[in-house]
Amino acid sequence: MEAINTQDIATNDLAWKIEYIPERCTLCGSCVAACTFAAIAFVRVDLPHKKTKLLIRQEPSLAHCCVGCGVCEKLCPSQAIRPIANPHSRQHLLTSCSGPARRGGRSNLQRQRTVDALLVGRISQMTDPSLDAERHTFDIKAPLGRILSPDKLPLQRIGDTLTITGKTPPVRWIYPLLFSDMSIGALSTHAWEAIALAVAYLNEVCHIPVRMSSGEGGMPMKLITSDKLKYMILQIASGHFGWDRIIRTIPHMPCDPAGILIKIGQGAKPGDGGLLPESKVEHHIQHIRGVPKTTLHSPPNHQGLYSIEEAVQKMHLSLHAAFGFRVPVAIKCAASSTSVAVYNNLLRDPYNICGGFFLDGVQGGTGAANTVSLDHTGHPIASTLRDCYRAAVAQGLQGQIPLWVGGGIGMTGQAAADAFKLICLGANGVFIGKLLIQLLGCVGNEYGRCNQCSTGQCPTGICTQDYRLMMRLDIDKGAEAIVNYVLTFDSELRKLMAPVGNSSLPVGRADALISTDAAIAKQLGIQYAC
Amino acid sequence: MCRIGAIKSTVPVKPKLALKLMLPQQEGHDSSGFAMVMQDLYGVFADSKEKPLLSMACTARGVQRINEYMDRHGFVQLAQWVPDVVHDQALALQAMPRYVFRTYEYPEIYQYRSQKAREDLLLDTRLALRALLAEEDDGYVYSFWPDVLTLKEIGDPAAIATYFRLWDDDCRLVAKNIVVQCRQNTNYAIVRYAAHPFFLQGYTLCANGENTFFTKNREFQIPLHRGYMGFESDSQTLLYSLHYVLHERQWPIQYFKHIITPLPYEEIQHKNDAPLLMLLRETLANLEINGPNTLIGMLPDGTMINCCDAKKLRPIVIGKTPSCVVISSEVCGINAVIPQRDVGTDIYPTERELITITNDLEITRWKQ
Ligand code: SF4
Ligand code: SF4
Ligand code: SF4
Repeated sequence: MEAINTQDIATNDLAWKIEYIPERCTLCGSCVAACTFAAIAFVRVDLPHKKTKLLIRQEPSLAHCCVGCGVCEKLCPSQAIRPIANPHSRQHLLTSCSGPARRGGRSNLQRQRTVDALLVGRISQMTDPSLDAERHTFDIKAPLGRILSPDKLPLQRIGDTLTITGKTPPVRWIYPLLFSDMSIGALSTHAWEAIALAVAYLNEVCHIPVRMSSGEGGMPMKLITSDKLKYMILQIASGHFGWDRIIRTIPHMPCDPAGILIKIGQGAKPGDGGLLPESKVEHHIQHIRGVPKTTLHSPPNHQGLYSIEEAVQKMHLSLHAAFGFRVPVAIKCAASSTSVAVYNNLLRDPYNICGGFFLDGVQGGTGAANTVSLDHTGHPIASTLRDCYRAAVAQGLQGQIPLWVGGGIGMTGQAAADAFKLICLGANGVFIGKLLIQLLGCVGNEYGRCNQCSTGQCPTGICTQDYRLMMRLDIDKGAEAIVNYVLTFDSELRKLMAPVGNSSLPVGRADALISTDAAIAKQLGIQYAC
Repeated sequence: MCRIGAIKSTVPVKPKLALKLMLPQQEGHDSSGFAMVMQDLYGVFADSKEKPLLSMACTARGVQRINEYMDRHGFVQLAQWVPDVVHDQALALQAMPRYVFRTYEYPEIYQYRSQKAREDLLLDTRLALRALLAEEDDGYVYSFWPDVLTLKEIGDPAAIATYFRLWDDDCRLVAKNIVVQCRQNTNYAIVRYAAHPFFLQGYTLCANGENTFFTKNREFQIPLHRGYMGFESDSQTLLYSLHYVLHERQWPIQYFKHIITPLPYEEIQHKNDAPLLMLLRETLANLEINGPNTLIGMLPDGTMINCCDAKKLRPIVIGKTPSCVVISSEVCGINAVIPQRDVGTDIYPTERELITITNDLEITRWKQ
């Protein structure tokens, strides 16, 4: 009999347990070979009468714990193996004993979403008939760029016409669903390519002007020098990765990019910088970013920027100047109790150069963050958005700096409903990130499944630079899934616009919403219904 | 649903013609009220066309308070029309104790001030009177402007007409332009201010339908101008947009149409003035109406306009004889007023048209 050591880790201490049916197993080995976390292995066990048997065993180890990705189950020809969430897990506690735990994905604690307590409750029926979602034409576009107040327009009346007599800030009218910033580096080149392919298809075949943000870390040279650049929003974050190359390439760009996005913060880990572990900094990533093989930290803030005013002056102006004042420059911040103050500062900027305020809520995803940040920092997006919109309304400045919001959009599968409700609360558009990789096949969720994006061992080939894993992702199929989802999004959005009688986006039309939660209704200034 | 109408004539006409226009459409307008704005007045106000005319309905105390205010601010009363009302309990209307229709001489110092200063004075005075009457629920001020008279009341339009003796042949209210409507805004509370036509600084507007972007319009308009207030009805925002485009921005009339019912983005790209149209669309996105509406507008110079929402979910028809143009929600109204016209020349405006009718009855159909 063996002695008991209560410190030993057993599989019952882990978050996921393997359910294995030896009678069905043919020992083909597919599961063991496919498990990127080496969480399972063959073991030979002794049987009575000096017999032995080969079986599959889960590793009772934190370093090789099962993450519930289900790849083994997917591959097993005999339905002999599958992961099961373990309600008795001590894993959170145990991992914290070896330094702060890190992971990717979304917060696993804040599962309540305000949008789920809202309903589109003002239905046009009599005096303002509903539209027909199939028959009427809908004008579904959102601005990216600084919009001037009407009294500042450089217009001159000559006879019976108006003429533009001066320059106005660049504004792009794009689809209100934006593919958010996930870098090459965080994503595999395959995943990034699948998303970029979907964007090109949506624009050129479906005529839906979806734009994609590059994420921090630059872009492949082939893309920067192609006319597909017009679909891309180049991101500059605190590490400025990839920008050396972008700036040098400006003279060779065949067209302007759709926009520039200055990333100040991210909803999933507000106040925290970016992180690309060394394991993911493969040769091509070093090349694109212009860095050696090392763990890449983006600082928590842009060095040298001490205030929003300064951010406006320095970064906005220099980026505007770099692209000849032809490209809108927007800013992305994590939602926070201070968002209204930031937005007010931007609205009052005398240069009229902030072309969008991107607010990222607590339910946003990330490739890598400390678990503690992911689970305990951040701000819900709905009230932040509403407060910003109302602050603008109070000053008569609504719509001048477009509000784009993200963080948990489409978490329940229906991004169109989330987008519609947030638009009614004052957003011009929404951005999605995690949802895109879920469409590509990411199995991570808010219940602790997988979320290993920071390890470089992504079992679906999405968040890794390991070529063998990347090969698991079929680029064309991935792109197709995204395209199909956006087409569904588009028709679902119409299905929501039609009953409220609108063919243009009802930005700020909070009267179309009701809430079944009195506190939420009060906070958002909408009707309570029960 | 509301029914709206307007008569523009080269010879002055009486309100009973407007009633004749509206009563056949009764099935559609529920007869909950009567409201009209008359412009280019003859009859009792023929000799004081240049002088601001106050139209209001109030209590006896209200009249007193108004008199004190006007005295204090240097306005001197000129002509007056006191309706000789028919006191009959059987009449289905909710009459106010007093109706005031009078012209005033400008305060002395304003005799030498600019047109703009006078316009501002008239607006500020109307707003002040409105606030004064609202203090103790003493009544309503509808308009205070030269050569413009507004009459509104709650009740059956025919009864209201009888009450004010508008059927009489010797009715002394006559004008070349009448914009009319026969319904209180019964979607919400019955408030006299919610009944269109609405009036602001020479601009009159009447609109049926429901403006689904009311919240957006209203939130945007409040800080734009002190006169953009009240918002008792969702169609008031259309008046303010008209005033904003023409009076505040001094832009040509067609841009009003571009702003309230902008062309779809795709269509704009094919227009010669695409950059301008995009600029207007993005800057004034909050003035888009996006709902089922038809509107009739009257400008300070007497020009009438008509246009519809972008999907034309509200009907309108325009009929014409050599001496008058009649606009109506339903053709039966026009048939009642000008049965002799050539119906082949009736105009059914499309959702992209803006119709203007000048004082010499020239009709222009401008297409967006
Ligand atoms: S579920 Fe994933 S991590 Fe767990 S054993 Fe299977 S393949 Fe490995
Ligand atoms: S894949 Fe299935 S059958 Fe093959 S070894 Fe694993 S459990 Fe056994
Ligand atoms: S499947 Fe890949 S991308 Fe998805 S949670 Fe796991 S590691 Fe992250």
